[in-house]
Amino acid sequence: MTATVTAPAGAPPRRSLIAQNPSILWFLAILATFCFGVTFLAEATGTGAISTSMVKTLGKTLCLCLVALAMDVVWGYCGILSLGHMAFFGLGGYAIGMWLMYARTEIIVAQSLAEATLPPTEAEIRDGIATQIFGVVGGNEFPAVWAFAHSLPAQLAMVVLVPGLLALVFGWLAFRSRVTGVYLSILTQAMTLALSLYLFQNDSGLRGNNGLSGLQNIPGLESLGQDVISIAFFWASALALALGYLLFAWIVSGKMGSVIRAIRDDEARVRFLGYHVESFKLVVFTLTAIVSGIAGALYYPQAGIINPAELAPIASIYLAVWVAIGGRGRLYGAVIGAALVSLLSSWFTGGGAPDVDLGVYTVQWTDWWLVLLGVSFVLVTLFAPKGLGGLVDLIAERRAPQRVGDYGPDKSALRREEGPPQGGEE
Amino acid sequence: MSALLEVSGVSVTFDGFRAINNLSIAIGEPELRAIIGPNGAGKTTFMDIVTGKTRPDTGRVTWGERSLSLLGLSESAIAREGIGRKFQKPTVFEAQTVRDNLRMALKNRRAPLDVLVWRERTDDTARIEEIAAEIGLSAHLPRIAGELSHGQKQWLEIGMLLAQEPRLLLVDEPAAGMTPAERAHTTDLLKRAARTRAVVVVEHDMEFVRRLGCKVTVLHEGAVLAEGSIDHVAANRDVIDVYLGR
Repeated sequence: MTATVTAPAGAPPRRSLIAQNPSILWFLAILATFCFGVTFLAEATGTGAISTSMVKTLGKTLCLCLVALAMDVVWGYCGILSLGHMAFFGLGGYAIGMWLMYARTEIIVAQSLAEATLPPTEAEIRDGIATQIFGVVGGNEFPAVWAFAHSLPAQLAMVVLVPGLLALVFGWLAFRSRVTGVYLSILTQAMTLALSLYLFQNDSGLRGNNGLSGLQNIPGLESLGQDVISIAFFWASALALALGYLLFAWIVSGKMGSVIRAIRDDEARVRFLGYHVESFKLVVFTLTAIVSGIAGALYYPQAGIINPAELAPIASIYLAVWVAIGGRGRLYGAVIGAALVSLLSSWFTGGGAPDVDLGVYTVQWTDWWLVLLGVSFVLVTLFAPKGLGGLVDLIAERRAPQRVGDYGPDKSALRREEGPPQGGEE
Repeated sequence: MSALLEVSGVSVTFDGFRAINNLSIAIGEPELRAIIGPNGAGKTTFMDIVTGKTRPDTGRVTWGERSLSLLGLSESAIAREGIGRKFQKPTVFEAQTVRDNLRMALKNRRAPLDVLVWRERTDDTARIEEIAAEIGLSAHLPRIAGELSHGQKQWLEIGMLLAQEPRLLLVDEPAAGMTPAERAHTTDLLKRAARTRAVVVVEHDMEFVRRLGCKVTVLHEGAVLAEGSIDHVAANRDVIDVYLGR
């Protein structure tokens, strides 16, 4: 028995997720078109108009869009300005990177030892791998964190578990102490900085500032060229982004969405409604951290290398800037912001943008891009708080609350001019 | 009649200022009670204590048949026990529709997973419509709450309280800033609500209290000064000195 059949007259029929969020269909259609377009133009599967490195860039961009979605949910919807979500992204990258590096080194070591007269023992192979991986930081033994590095399923579990558990513990400590607003942002920033500084140390067990490299080589798939692998990862990233969009669209619609937006706007009031605000924040924070970890695990095999600088606080600040420029509090806004700004960023900093000769001074975009980004961030914050996504409102002429803010008791004298109270019995 | 809420011997001090001084109040069920008193008498602090926002230094606050102590429970746990609170300023979620506001307040399970998988059933919809009719906002359900007038927001907040189906309703100055017609509507709402549950109204305005026609507790300097019918307390010498006769 469905509500649409039995609902009394005047009640809205129960609406599906897609009916509540028309943006889902648009998003999926555009994403699919984009993916097929890229596939058709890629080297391995199409005309070759798009180079393999460009496919990788686009695939990485999709991963950045996914982490931006997570950021939008935690910040734009739930009001928690986390400046640490790129740390979860990096941890996901490290988790998968450990397996990639181990398994590939294992193959190389096994090959080189196979030429020896005696067949190598397992211990010899393991020592060989350790020397190969950790020689660069002066070590030749596996640190404890590499205990499961030989197992792909274990490391895939780590992609979810490590960011998830860190977020759970950190969030539980922070939220139960009712740390909010800018203090929480500083705390997340401190977490990111501490993590990045720790990973920079050679004895952290993750090769210090060398990070993990060679991640683009997928063990067992050596016969496939990078052109094929890149398009596979591109599709995997697109699939993850689509699923992430559906997951978050489901979460931010309906009553859950109501409650988390209410927490953003007035968390004390939500408490008096009987909702345990801290649990809701913890769920959102942890879930978005896990999605960030998955995005990172797809990103770094395409990037080929991960090092502790990727977890530096500035990365998480960029993430917030993307979401702000794209438009907080709407999922497609985060995607637009992340895609546009990160692609522009690689265009400007990669030397793609032509220098501007002003006669007395030549503007080199590699130096001036950050200034341009900073200025646009300030301008968007001041003059277009809805971000680029707000342009969609202009097209769709969506209804938005015109009167926000407190109409306190002193304003109510105006009620007389507004006419008699609606529906009241006098 | 055993009391639903029993506050006994409660004191609370803020930076040396004694906001509540050995206060004892018992509220029955059902009951309509007005609490009046001059500024700084401790009316709002009393509500803060009952709803878990402020912890008292001494005293007991017990609730219900099992005499559960409310001290030490979180705000949300107290709300789930069945105590609803309306603030002085209307605090509704302005960015969301009237329907969303009421839906959030509906008495349902409140854990994150329950909320995530919750789907509106026919009786939920009916309940929302019923409350909207009660507060006179039936025609405004799809509107964004931020667009409502001040009086409508006050009613929406009262409606959200009713949707919670609390056993005790704490209402802080519900008539502040309302037109006479809106006041009359608000009085009716509160009187109707008090037929089945306990309603405590904190109010400044003697005329409004008179119209409620209920037992009145006068607070002064954090303690009970007088208690009884409005005519009884209005005739009380102490009350006239500290409050009415200023």
